Amino acid sequence: MAISGASLTHLSRLESESIEIFREVAASFERPVMMYSIGKDSSVLLHLARKAFYPSRIPFPLLHIDTTWKFGEMIAFRDRMAEEYGFELRVHTNPEGLAANINPFDHGSARYTDIMKTQALRQALGAGQYDAAIGGARRDEEKSRAKERIFSHRNAAHAWDPKNQRPELWRVFNTRLNPGESMRVFPLSNWTELDIWTYIHAEDIPIVPLYFAQHRPVVARSGTLIMVDDERFRLEAGETPREELVRFRTLGCYPLTGAIRSPAATLPEIIMEMQASRTSEREGRLIDSDQAGSMEKKKQEGYF
Amino acid sequence: MMATSPLVPDAGIADWLAEQTDKSLLRFLTCGSVDDGKSTLIGRLLYDSQLILDDQLAALKKESRNRHVGDEGIDFSLLVDGLVAEREQGITIDVAYRFFSTARRKFIVADTPGHEQYTRNMATGASNADLALLLVDARKGILTQTRRHSFILSLLGVKHVVLVVNKIDLVGYDADVFAGIESQYREFAKDLGFASIAAVPVSALKGDNIVTNSASTPWFEGAPLLPYLEELLVDEDRSKAAFRFPVQWVNRPDLDFRGFSGTVASGTVRTGDEVLDAASRKPARIARIVTMDGDLQSAVAGQAVTLVLDREIDVSRGDVLVHPGRTPHYSNQFQAEMVWMADEPAYPGRSYLLKLGAQLIPATITDLKHRTDVNTLEKTAAKRLELNEVGTLTIATDRPIAFDPYAENGAMGGFILIDRIANQTLGAGTISFGLRRAENLSYQSFDVTRDVRAQQKGQTPAIVWFTGLSGSGKSTVANLMEKRLTAEGKHTYILDGDNVRHGLNKDLGFTDAARIENIRRVAEVAKLMADAGLIVLVSFISPFRNERRLAREIAGEITFIEAFVDTPLEVCEARDPKGLYARARKGEIKNFTGIDSPFEPPETPDVILKGATKSPQDMAEELYERVSG
Repeated sequence: MAISGASLTHLSRLESESIEIFREVAASFERPVMMYSIGKDSSVLLHLARKAFYPSRIPFPLLHIDTTWKFGEMIAFRDRMAEEYGFELRVHTNPEGLAANINPFDHGSARYTDIMKTQALRQALGAGQYDAAIGGARRDEEKSRAKERIFSHRNAAHAWDPKNQRPELWRVFNTRLNPGESMRVFPLSNWTELDIWTYIHAEDIPIVPLYFAQHRPVVARSGTLIMVDDERFRLEAGETPREELVRFRTLGCYPLTGAIRSPAATLPEIIMEMQASRTSEREGRLIDSDQAGSMEKKKQEGYF
Repeated sequence: MMATSPLVPDAGIADWLAEQTDKSLLRFLTCGSVDDGKSTLIGRLLYDSQLILDDQLAALKKESRNRHVGDEGIDFSLLVDGLVAEREQGITIDVAYRFFSTARRKFIVADTPGHEQYTRNMATGASNADLALLLVDARKGILTQTRRHSFILSLLGVKHVVLVVNKIDLVGYDADVFAGIESQYREFAKDLGFASIAAVPVSALKGDNIVTNSASTPWFEGAPLLPYLEELLVDEDRSKAAFRFPVQWVNRPDLDFRGFSGTVASGTVRTGDEVLDAASRKPARIARIVTMDGDLQSAVAGQAVTLVLDREIDVSRGDVLVHPGRTPHYSNQFQAEMVWMADEPAYPGRSYLLKLGAQLIPATITDLKHRTDVNTLEKTAAKRLELNEVGTLTIATDRPIAFDPYAENGAMGGFILIDRIANQTLGAGTISFGLRRAENLSYQSFDVTRDVRAQQKGQTPAIVWFTGLSGSGKSTVANLMEKRLTAEGKHTYILDGDNVRHGLNKDLGFTDAARIENIRRVAEVAKLMADAGLIVLVSFISPFRNERRLAREIAGEITFIEAFVDTPLEVCEARDPKGLYARARKGEIKNFTGIDSPFEPPETPDVILKGATKSPQDMAEELYERVSG
C-alpha cells in the first residue's frame, strides 16, 4: 500500500495492523491455523498473510470446512489458489454428517449448519489441536461481532464468554492460554465491507467469479434468489430455474446463499452498486436470521 | 432497492476510489456515566449520516416498539448494543466498534460501557482512540463516572475531549445549565493534560446540534458535533520521533535470508542507517527494507516491514532496533500508572507476567506508592489496588527491558500485567519514568562460590519448601528431617513461620499483602542460606501458588523441592495443637488459612506427604530419600 507524505492512508493503516496481528499469532502460538472460507474476506486474509511473512511461506496451514454444498466454482478457486501460492491446505468434512447425508433441504438450515459447519469446525480444531484459529470476521458485519476482541479467548469447549472478555489494550495482545483453551484471531476486525472491496481493487486480489454478474440459473424462494448450482438441487413442483443476470455479495453453501439481480461485472461497478444499495451484506445469508441473537448464540456454541 | 446515497459521487469512479483510500481516519470513543445516552448518540450519528441500511432500519423499527423513542420512532441504542444480555437489560457491558464515514473522513467509534464494574472495557476502547466524546446528562451534570473516565482518558493519553452535554431538551435548552456544566468540567480537567476540550449541547434523541446547529439553542456558537469531528486535526507526525522497531518475528525462509519482521513503532528508518539492538548495543546497518510489494528505501511509523541487516547480530523477538544517539531506557525498574482490571487485587511483592510490545517477562510490583481518588484526583496511601482503581507503583522486571515513557511513545510505554496461573489480563499500565537504581546497582562477584562452599561441606545445597495448613505436620516433619540430616553430618537450618514472625517479619500482619511480603523475605533468606552451602528446610503455610512460584524463582539454580503436607482441614482442626482453629472459629483470629482465608493446594508439588494416613517418621523418611537421592 502506498503512503502519502509522512502519514499512512486509511487502507495502509488497516493493512499494517492486520499484518502485525498475523505475525503476533505466528510468534506466540504453537499450532496456529487459518480458516479459509474462499470468500472475498478470505481472499484478503490470504493476501495479507502472504504479505506478513514474505519472503517466507505462510507458516501455518489453511483449513477449509467443506460442507459439500459449496458452489462448484468456490472449490475450483480454492484448489487453484493452493497450487498458485503453495500454502498447505487442509480440508475437513463432518464424516458422520456426510454418512447421514445431512443436507439443507431435508434438515433445515439451523440443523444443517450446526452439524456440517459448527460441529465440523469443532472436530477439525480438536483433531488438529490448534491453539489459535485465524478467521476473516469483521466487526461491521453483525452486532455481536462488533463486540468481539481481536484475540478472542475460547474455553476448552470452544465457547466464547461475551460477558467476560479479556481487556485488550493498544496492540498488546494477551496470547496466553491454559491447557485445552484456544484463541480465535480476527485480523480484519477493523475493516469494513467497503474497505475490503477497495483493497481488493487496489491490490488486484483474485476473488471467486461468482461475485461478478453473469447469467446464472436461479429460482426465487421466499424472496431470495437461489442458484441451481448442481443436479442435487431439489426443485419444488412447478419450479423451473430461470437464467438471470445475478451476482453474489457473500458466498456460502449455495442452497442457503441468495443472489442479487445486478449487472455489475467489474470491481468498480460492484463498489458503486454497493454504495448505492440500501441493504446490508449478510441479508443474503439465511442462517443469521433464524432466531434473534442467533450469531451470538452460534458463537457461544463454537461457530466462528 | 436502489436509492441515492450522499456517498455516491458524480465524478468518475477512479477519482472516487482514490478519495476513499486517501481519507483520513479518526478513532474515537464515547464514554461517560450509564444512561447518559452514549449508544443513542452513536445510533444518531449513524442515522444522520444515512448509514443505516433499509433492512437494518426495518428490523430496528420493529424492535423499538415499547421503548423510549424519538420522532423517527426508533430506539437508536439498539443499533449498538449487540449482546443479548445488553438488549435485555438495556445497558452496555462491553465495548462495541462501529464504522462510518462522511465525505471528509472515516470514523471508527468505540462505544464503551458506563457502569463502573465495566471500566476495564472502557479502557480497552480508550487505548486506541484519538478523541473521546464524554457524555453528560444535562439534568445530572458531572458525576463520579465522568471524572473516572476523564482520568482514565488522561492516563491512556487520549488528547482530545468533546464534552457532549446530552438531553439538553429536557432542561428546556437552558443556556445557563450548559454553561455551568462546561465551566465545572474545565475546572476539573485543567490538570489532566488534554490538548483540546470542546463542549456541545445536544439531544441525541431529537438530533439537536448533531449535524447542523439547532434552532433551539441560538445561544450556542460552536460547531455542531459531526462537523467538529470532521475538522479536528488529531494526527501527530510520528515519523519524526525517535526510531523504534520492536522485533515481532524473525523471518528465516532459508539459510540465505534472515530478516526481522515488525511494525515501525515510531520514527523513520532508511536503508544504510546505522541501528543498534537496544539491549546488547551491538550495531549494524540496514541493508534492505523488504515487503512483498518490493524493497523500500524508507519506512515510517505504522508501516509493517521486514528489516535485513548487513551483518549477523543476535536479535530475536522482543528486541528493539533503534538509532544510535536516540536510544530508549534499558532497565529493570520503572514507575508507572496502573488501572487495575481484575477482581483479585494487586499486591506489592506478587509476581506477574508483563507484556510490553513483543517483550514478555516476569515482573513484580515492588512498591505501591499511592492510589488516586478519581473524584478529587487526590493521592492516598494504599496497600493494594482493587478492581477499577488507579494507582502509582514501581515495577521490577526479572531482566532489563527496553522502554520509553508512555507520554513520549505509547507503543514503547504501555504494558499489561497477566496472571501467571489463570493467564487473565489483570491491569494496564503506562510507564512514567525509568528508575536508575537498577543500572547503578550491579552484583559483586566473589571467588568463593556456592559450589566451593558446598564442596567444603560435602553436600548439595537445597531448599525444601514445606506447604500445608496450620497443624498439618510441617514443623514436625521438618524437625525429624533435620535430626536425620544432622546425624548424617549434613549442615542444615530450619526457617519456621512462627519463629521468623517473631524477628525478621515481626512488622508483618496476616492480610494478603503481608503474607506475600512474608514469603518473599523468607525465600530471599532461604536463598542466601543455600548459597552459604546449607540444606534449608522452610516450614511456612505459604497458602498462595503465586508466592510459592516466586520462591522457586528466587531460588534460581538452587535445588528447590516443594513438599506438600496434604493433611485435610478436618484432621488439622481436630488436632489443633495450638488451639488456633478454635479461636478462628469463634472469630477471635481473622484471616486464618482454611477458615476465612484460602489455601491454594499446589498443582504439581515435587513431593506429596499424606499427613492424615502416614506417621511423621514415615513422611520424614520419604522426604529424606528424595533429598539425598
